[in-house]
Parts: sequence; C-alpha cells; structure tokens
Amino acid sequence: MFPEIFDTRPLRRAIDDGLNWVVANWGGHLEAAAYPLLMLLRGIEDFLVAVPWWLVILVLVGVAWVSSRRWQLPALVLGALLFLGVMDLWRDAMTTTALMVTATLTAVVVSIPVGVWMSRSTRVRGMVAPVLDLMQTLPSFVYLIPTVMVFGPGKIPALLATIVYAAPPLVRLTDLGLRNVDPAVMEATRAFGASPSQRLFGVQIPLALPTILAGVNQTTMMALSMVVIASMIGAGGLGYQVLQGIGRLEVSRGLFAGLGIVALAIIFDRVTQAFGRQLQSRVGVQEAAR
Amino acid sequence: MSQVSSTNDVAISLKGVTKIFGSDPQRALDMLRRGVSKTEVQAETGHVVGLDDVSLEIERGQIFVVMGLSGSGKSTLIRHVNRLIEPTAGEIIVGGDNVLEMDDAALRKFRQTRIAMVFQKFALMPHRSVIENVAYGLEIRGVRRDERLERAAKWIETVGLKGYEKTRPRQLSGGQQQRVGLARALAMDTDIVLMDEAFSALDPLIRSGMQEQLLELQQTLNKTILFITHDFDEALKIGNRIAVLKDGAVQQVAHPEEIVLRPANSHIEEFVRDVNKARAIHVSTIMERGEFEACELAVQAAARCEEVLPLFADHRWVGVTGESGEQIGRLSATQVIKALARYSAAPPAAPVVTEAA
Repeated sequence: MFPEIFDTRPLRRAIDDGLNWVVANWGGHLEAAAYPLLMLLRGIEDFLVAVPWWLVILVLVGVAWVSSRRWQLPALVLGALLFLGVMDLWRDAMTTTALMVTATLTAVVVSIPVGVWMSRSTRVRGMVAPVLDLMQTLPSFVYLIPTVMVFGPGKIPALLATIVYAAPPLVRLTDLGLRNVDPAVMEATRAFGASPSQRLFGVQIPLALPTILAGVNQTTMMALSMVVIASMIGAGGLGYQVLQGIGRLEVSRGLFAGLGIVALAIIFDRVTQAFGRQLQSRVGVQEAAR
Repeated sequence: MSQVSSTNDVAISLKGVTKIFGSDPQRALDMLRRGVSKTEVQAETGHVVGLDDVSLEIERGQIFVVMGLSGSGKSTLIRHVNRLIEPTAGEIIVGGDNVLEMDDAALRKFRQTRIAMVFQKFALMPHRSVIENVAYGLEIRGVRRDERLERAAKWIETVGLKGYEKTRPRQLSGGQQQRVGLARALAMDTDIVLMDEAFSALDPLIRSGMQEQLLELQQTLNKTILFITHDFDEALKIGNRIAVLKDGAVQQVAHPEEIVLRPANSHIEEFVRDVNKARAIHVSTIMERGEFEACELAVQAAARCEEVLPLFADHRWVGVTGESGEQIGRLSATQVIKALARYSAAPPAAPVVTEAA
C-alpha cells in the first residue's frame, strides 16, 4: 500500500463543508442566476409541444430541403420524424430536442467569444485548453452531484451538465477556424488599415464560419449523447424512456427510445452538415459541390 | 523610361533600419553594434538578423526595386515601410512623416490613405467578389458604398478585368487574381505603392505581360513604387533604381545600367553574369557621338540595346537622337556586340574562336 504521507481527511472535509456552505448560503442566488436558462428551456419545450406535429415535420423537412437542395435529406428527415411519431415518442423527442437546442444555444453564446479570445493569444490558449480537456474527460457524475446539491434535481443541473460536456468542441473549433484563416489575407487587411474589429467581423469570422459550424454540429451531437445521464436527474425526454426500459427490463422500450435518440442525432447532424457545406462554397473555401 | 531625376524629392527614407528577430533583440543589437558578425550573433544568441543597418532614399515618382535572393530580408524590408513589422532600430520617414512615431489610430489612417500594397500570394478575400475585393481599401477608409463600387469598377476596367466584377477570386487564374490585387492597391489612389514579389507567383509569359502593364500604368500614374523581386531581369526591366540586398544588408544602390556595368562586389557579379545585358545597357553609353550623315532609322539615346538589335537586320547604321529629336550620334551592330562582349562578366579565358568567315 502507498504510505500515508499526510492526513487528507481535513482536506476532504473542507471541500465537503465548503460545498455545503455554498448550498446553504448561495443556493438561492445561484438558482436565481440560472433561472433565465430554465425559462429559455421551458419556452422552447412548451413551444415545440404546442406546435402541431405536422407543422414540426413540415418545417424540419423544409429546412432539410433548403440546406441540401436534394430530395434525399428531406426524405431521411421525414422518415426519422415519422418513426418518432409512430413509436409514440413524439412528446419525449420534443423534450429532448428542447434540452439539446437550449444547451447548444447557450454553448454558442459562451464558446464563440472564448474561442475568439483563445485565438488571439497563445497564453490564453495555454490556460483555457486544459480546462476544456478537464470538462471533456472528468466523469460527468463528478460535477453532476454538486450541481444537483446546489440546484436540486430537475432541468437546471441537467442543462448545466449538458453544456459543460458539449461546449468544448465549439470553443476548440472556433479557435482553430480563426487561427487557420490565411495569414496572407490577414496581413493584407492590416496593410489596408483595418481596425481589429473590422478584421475580426469582416474577414476572420466569415472565413472561419465553416469550421465554427462544424463545432456547432459537434456540440449538438455531444448534447444528445448526454440525454440519458441528464434524464437521471430529471430532464425527462427520450433518456428517461431508456432509463425506464433498463429499470423494468423492458428491452423494447429502451431500444425504441434509444433509436429515437439516434433519429434525432441523424436529423440534426445531417442538416447542420449540409448547411456547413453550403457555407463553405459560399465563403469560397471550397468549390460548390455541383 | 525616363532617367532618374536628380531632384531631392524623397518619398520614402530609411535610416539605419535594423531588424532582429528573437526574444531579446536589444542584446543582439548591442553585439551587432560592437562589430560581432551576423552568423556569430545568431550562433550565440539564437537571434536572426533580418535587416542590418539599411539606409535607402526613394525618390518620388520612381520605381525603386529591391532585389535579393530568398532570405536576403527584402520582404522584411518592404514591411517596415508601412510598419507591418516594427524595426529594432532606425528611422522610417514616409512623405515627411515619421512612421515610427504614429500611434495605432494614426498608423491605421496612414495605411488607409497614404500607402497601398500588392502581395506575392495575392491575399484576396475568398468570400468577397472581385469588385468587393477591389473596393476593400476604400470600404475601410469609409468611402460611401456607391462611390467605392464606382471607383473599383473603373480600376477593374483599367487592369483589363471588365466583366469579372461579380466573380469570386478563386475562379480566376493567377494572373487575373494579381490584376485584382493590383486594382485593389491602385483604387486606394495613394502616392506610394508597395509591391512584394507581386509577379513572382505568375507564369513567365503572364509575368512579362504584367510588367509591361505596370510600366504602362506608371507613365500616367507617376506613383512611387517600391518593388521587391528575386528576379534580376525583372529588376532591370522595370526599375528606375535598384538596390541589391544580401543577408539583410544593402550591397549596392544604383541605376540598373550601372549595376550591370559596374557591379560592386562578387555577389552582384554573379547575378549580372546570367542577365540579359542588352536589356540593361542603354544606347547612349555605347554610341559613337558626333555629327554623321542622317541615318534612315533612328532611336532615342535613352533606348536600350535590346530595342536596337532587330533594326540591324536591314541597316548597317542606326542613328541616335537626343531628347529634342536631333541626331546626336550613330550606332553599328559591331559596337553593340562589342559592348555586350566586353561587359560579359565571364573573363575571356578561352580565346574567342574566330570561325572562318
């Protein structure tokens, strides 16, 4: 056995007590701070549930058509949505979609500025990159438990856990995209006297947009892969069906709900990818695929 | 091309500009000032000397060519003029203003209004159409949209790209892309244009076409052009004055002809050896002065040997005229050949084989 060098129990106790103190004294404030997120999530969920099913299908199939201009993708999206409806998973699918969309939106708002900041300084990058590694590798239960303690079981800790897990790829790809913009073009903008913001918004971000969109795609996929864990602490949705299937040893319930998650993943993955390709040819990074 | 006017109208002046790349340039600079050689400085401190005490005066209305091999510091040099690179030491005066004293805002204003640049790799913005690329500098300057598009369209026409306004740069050939780059710089309507190996990435035929277009434009525009190249022939063709750069230090600054006829050191001789001397030597240098019977054909004294040579196909003598058009001398094919042979850098070690003729 490894010899005991010093007693770690006080340290552990300090951390536990510290968390308890935060829960006791700051719980209310933190909950209030997260309230807007909850409102956003509820808003999106209520909206998706209130909209008639055929309208949702119509809109998503339409978006698929706009993004690809071919019949294959809309057909695939239609098939996936009909599967969700036929298998009686519609309501859960909407709940899960709402969680994923909220997490993605929040991640976009937070990650892109962080990515921009990272791309501008190697030092910032050196500090942020390990944090991102930690967010992606730390088992989610480790931070799930404290968040549940602070916010109580429900949608907020589920949402926060999803964001923590799903945001890093977007930060990384924003940073990568901005750094990969042709240095000759950036030099030209300087030579013509462009200000830092003119360079960022006029040239750098537009040219990095395809890469940033690939990051959004990754974030949606990561968010979907968190739904089962999120449902353990009260997020509901398709993940909850999977959990119930496991709990009741109902293989079919777990299987269909799991396939439902896959169906959602296919829809969002293919549609964002198609938009990415379209954007690439529009930005001129790649020739149009025609 | 006109001879260099001797007026002291200096557009760009560099004084003792030194650039050292590395984390502690001051220390390397001190060593350099103490007389330590560049290689030793690099070996001891790991600092690379990019430019070593470069002083140049570039007159208004000139095409001033900086010629050097890769790694000679020529691209570093041109970036000092608009301060894309900060010098370690020295002074940079453009149009009477000290560029190094400008704060960020003043520097941006300076780049927007006084100096334009053309790049080796074109550096066009792939997400903008040709006309939007050409109008970019004016957009940054804050010119109204309709006005800047109108001016951009005019320059697109001047460089011969009319009809391509809405095209994306990627869909153009290399030569066309660089025409866009040139139009983008000229649309700024600045007195000074920096051209960093602007034609080096182009095919030889396209390159020579672009050189001629530049000379043609220069006749009406009369801008101060600082042109960087590694191609000595190109330097001779377009330069009013040439500076040869090696290892970050200026080797010789002179009129093209003078460089060919009197290279300052062995490094420059090496360039001169392979060069088309007929392009560099002017008729005035080798003609027979005096009054002769009027010749059927005549050329200007400022013409180059290159231009006279074809005339000898049908004529023994070609007259040479002064600036006002009167004949001031004459020239024979023999004289031209002698001149070209004499100025060949290779010493005539092997006896010239005189074929039975």
